[in-house]
Amino acid sequence: MGRGQIDRVGIVGYGAYIPRNRIKVEEIAKVWGADAPSYKKGLMLQEKSVPGPDQDTITMAVEAARYALKRAGVGGQKVGAVYVGSESHPYAVKPSGTTVAEAIGAVPDCHCADFEFACKAGSEGMFVAMGLVKSGEIEYGLGIGADTSQGAPGDALEYSASAGAAAFLFGDKQEQIIAECHFTHSYMTDTPDFWRREYQFYPRHASRFTGEPAYFKHSLGCSQALMKKAGMKPKDFAHVVFHQPNGKFPMNVGLMQGFTREQIVTGWLSPTLGNTYSGASPIGLTAILDVAKPGEWIMMVSYGSGAGSDGFVWKVTERINAVRDLAPRTRAQLDSNRKKYLDYGTYAKFRGKIKKLAH
Amino acid sequence: MSSPRNWRGMPQRYRLEAAKCKKCGKVLFPPRLVCPECHGREFEPTHIGNTGKVETFTVIRVAPSGFTDQAPYAVAIVNVGDGVRILCQVADVEPEELAIGMPVKLEFRKVQSDGESGVISYGYKAVPVF
Repeated sequence: MGRGQIDRVGIVGYGAYIPRNRIKVEEIAKVWGADAPSYKKGLMLQEKSVPGPDQDTITMAVEAARYALKRAGVGGQKVGAVYVGSESHPYAVKPSGTTVAEAIGAVPDCHCADFEFACKAGSEGMFVAMGLVKSGEIEYGLGIGADTSQGAPGDALEYSASAGAAAFLFGDKQEQIIAECHFTHSYMTDTPDFWRREYQFYPRHASRFTGEPAYFKHSLGCSQALMKKAGMKPKDFAHVVFHQPNGKFPMNVGLMQGFTREQIVTGWLSPTLGNTYSGASPIGLTAILDVAKPGEWIMMVSYGSGAGSDGFVWKVTERINAVRDLAPRTRAQLDSNRKKYLDYGTYAKFRGKIKKLAH
Repeated sequence: MSSPRNWRGMPQRYRLEAAKCKKCGKVLFPPRLVCPECHGREFEPTHIGNTGKVETFTVIRVAPSGFTDQAPYAVAIVNVGDGVRILCQVADVEPEELAIGMPVKLEFRKVQSDGESGVISYGYKAVPVF
């Protein structure tokens, strides 16, 4: 049974986690005889994050979730739903979300599911968790986007596929909300631009087909419908964040709609983070919340191959100032002086790209 | 590690759950049935802190099976306060960076895996705080 009329729902806590390891575009290009400057210029990428051998979607999701709970000041037992969106769940059969829920103390009275929709699995989890709060079914819901994505050796994806996680705790107590959700919109069609079949280690993609008919059509379609629904124009937003498969696409999809570079750059992390897949636009949103001022409007539009986009219009509240420094900021993690640059051999070992003797 | 054994340790390894002796106040991690200090048998649940300092450490260079990919790696005794010292790996650190007294926090990491198809065991590892 529901909890009665809900006034307004929104984000009450958020957290991001970015692993320490990095690899530069030059290091990957060197191995495959590719032209690093053209990749750097063409994709607007400089380096990407790499998970350590003891990190995966679950470990990063747990750390991001703990930061979200810390900022919210909410105990795990009050979380009524845990949704983890990823295309790199460590198990083919066994949920990631149960481990996350157990680690944050949300078990046993909790709904849990893993989501999968290429790079928009994270925003799906956010969408559903927030919807359950709005319906009054649960008090707090956690939506997480996390990935340790793989690109095939030598493939264009190898320059971008990276690792990271973002978690958002949703609630309806007005005094706890740091970003109110005012509008949402989802836009999707059956567009096979990127996929990974059962038992395949690496995904495949349809090269340039991933652009105009896939990323741009859905990101634009969702953005336009969302702004129409909200009665808002690009100039009404302080910040906007799109899915970030590389550096170029999110910048272009923003500029072509009339957003300025200044509105885009705060959440534009891919040039030095890479593509964190399900974590991409959610981590971008955390970077925006780290600096956003009360009263500012934010638009977030994810994109997942297959294909579709989820859009959200947020309005930042006064409470943001009280919670943002309760956990590590996203840019601080991204630009940390603890970054460790890997050579390709170590990167290949960490990512399980080397075929070893079976024991 | 077998799945049941992995499952039994989750409260401690995932959530750092401990037990505080109602008689003498000693914090036990992992919890025990009998307090080694006063032989008390009644406890209240508590948690150990997720930050601490390295008390001592060693660097494993010839690792046992299941850990060879991570070598060299550090194992440390970390003082997390309340009289509790835990033994755990230290991640995200170069062996030459390690030092007694180094401040660390506990992060959620993969600890081991039962081969390519078995259960993955998660738990805490210490990482440096700079």
